[in-house]
Amino acid sequence: MNAPNKSGWKPGTPTDATSAMNGPDTVTGNRALMLEEPLIFEIGDSETTGVDFAFASRLDLAGVEQPKQPTAASEHRSRLGGLDRAEKIELPGLSEPETVRHYTRLSRQNYAIDLGLFPLGSCTMKHNPRLNEKVARLPGFADVHPLQPVSTVRGALEVINELAFWLIELTGMHGVAMSPKAGAHGELCGILCIRAALEARGDAREVVLVPESAHGTNPATAAFAGYRVEDIPANADGRVDLEALKARLGPDVAAVMITNPNTCGLFEPDMKAISDAVHEAGGFVYCDGANFNAIVGKVRPGDLGVDAMHINLHKTFSTPHGGGGPGSGPVVLSEALSPFAPLPYTARTDDGTVHLVEEEDAESFAQEHYGTTMQSFGRMTAFHGQMGMFTRALTYILSHGADGLKQVAEDAVLNANYVLRSCEDVLHAPFAKSGPCMHEALFGDKGFGGELTTLDLAKGMIDEGFHPMTMYFPLVVHGAMLIEPTETESKASLDQFIAALRHVSSRAMDGDEGLKSAPYYAPRRRLDETQAARKPVLAWEEPEAPSGTPTQSERGGR
Amino acid sequence: MARYFTEEHEWIDVEGDSATVGITDYAQEQLGDIVFVELPDIGAQVAKGKDAAVVESVKAASDVYSPITGEVTEANDALEDDPELVNSSPEEDGWFFKLTIADKSELEGLMDEAAYKSFCDSL
Repeated sequence: MNAPNKSGWKPGTPTDATSAMNGPDTVTGNRALMLEEPLIFEIGDSETTGVDFAFASRLDLAGVEQPKQPTAASEHRSRLGGLDRAEKIELPGLSEPETVRHYTRLSRQNYAIDLGLFPLGSCTMKHNPRLNEKVARLPGFADVHPLQPVSTVRGALEVINELAFWLIELTGMHGVAMSPKAGAHGELCGILCIRAALEARGDAREVVLVPESAHGTNPATAAFAGYRVEDIPANADGRVDLEALKARLGPDVAAVMITNPNTCGLFEPDMKAISDAVHEAGGFVYCDGANFNAIVGKVRPGDLGVDAMHINLHKTFSTPHGGGGPGSGPVVLSEALSPFAPLPYTARTDDGTVHLVEEEDAESFAQEHYGTTMQSFGRMTAFHGQMGMFTRALTYILSHGADGLKQVAEDAVLNANYVLRSCEDVLHAPFAKSGPCMHEALFGDKGFGGELTTLDLAKGMIDEGFHPMTMYFPLVVHGAMLIEPTETESKASLDQFIAALRHVSSRAMDGDEGLKSAPYYAPRRRLDETQAARKPVLAWEEPEAPSGTPTQSERGGR
Repeated sequence: MARYFTEEHEWIDVEGDSATVGITDYAQEQLGDIVFVELPDIGAQVAKGKDAAVVESVKAASDVYSPITGEVTEANDALEDDPELVNSSPEEDGWFFKLTIADKSELEGLMDEAAYKSFCDSL
């Protein structure tokens, strides 16, 4: 037997720079399993099609009456009012295997939660349990259509209602709007509920206060809903300045939007005092629930006086996100806001049936079951919400149980503190002294050598095989790096990440100029982000054919 | 002509009743490569300390506050095609907008160059 692998190389064996990636050039641009891939427009061809659209009447279908061959489009009278397309669409045509290979090759150049730790702060990139997927693929869930008669989808309505029940239970709130499609959509839903409640009592207000430590979407949501946004400063500990907030409250303040735990990865200990002060001034409290993973099963936002909070099912409740699936952002509501929640909603009546309440019967349902007129502010989505995420989130909740969810929060916080304490000696950790962090660890760029920046460190992390952390956010820390490991990482996996972060951090502190050119080993080297933002190329354009008459060999063909 | 600075890192050149506003060299340095600038419309009323323009870099989007109350008379259209001017010449060619000053007493409390420099050093 000859001896295979004489060199003894195995993954993880250190390689010197010359042998690792810098062998001889290949004619294809591929490097073994590192495959190059052109744009789909560059490989596609408008003369190719992957599907045979031979019309049914040309097939022999055993004497079944065939529909007529369609007439040419020109014989139809256009109803597009002159807006119909005159030029060719020029979509690339590919065969099925070409299409599959194109996207599979591209996917191999990407990073994913199924490949490794994904430390994006505030994103809660946790493992997506396969049990969720199994349940979501049951035909009774996977194949339902939102326009099916209600009598045929009772099981799906039960799922929506059951999930709604548990979300209310976990947050200590009164009601929940299930239809919002993701976090920011949920924020808008919550703020519109607040607007409707204020207008219903004849007290429309103009201002929404947003602390510096809140998520960036909060001020955008308030502005989108027509409010004027005002900042509230953070104190030296990275928390909301309670006195500054109290001083600003008044009859013009509709709501305060708070992120708790906040974007510095810190719990707002004054939350209840903040809520009480806001309520006393006649306003409402919106809590951004993006960071709920840190407190699920431990703290109920309803007990802290929160009036509305969205829950990112794709974060805390493990449904896929970041290219893997749609978001879902149900909004839990206090008793004061619940009547204004959007349609449609589900409700179980005394006979045990779960109803889907839509516009046609909202008024009569409200009269019959709540004894009031319908006060919903309207509708936010065409249908009932992200059904595929509801099945997954409910599976996650039921498979973890109350004790499991509590442990989720505890382990998420433990893991973040492990990262914080393992790196605070090599990276500036601005709030490390104020005590433990919650689910994410925050570092700054203080002390970096040379002209090195947070961006350079992040690119270095790509070479180490990790997706970079959230950068330059929150704004209150210079060159911020926000790391959220989540509870699904083992100690071994955290140790590997920490080793990489410590190594790249010391390179940054030492002013290692090599970091300026990172990444070295990604499918593409450092991209020109400035140029991409200033002069974005958003559409494919066919390169112009060179002028002149093609020679026979250039023309090819017969 | 006198130049004043704000704690939010805007500069303002005052000449009679009119003034020119931009962001400081320190501000552009902190923001990094500027990729987009949104300027106020001509005729817009801006108020002291309230947002008047938006500047976006590869790192972040930030509001630019008017150092003083007034009516916008001119915006620097060159920034639309060439936002990089804010990086290369923040305190000259990269100006944002001009306005007519409503109340000169509002200039009190703004910093002069030396005061702004020591303010930045303290950050």
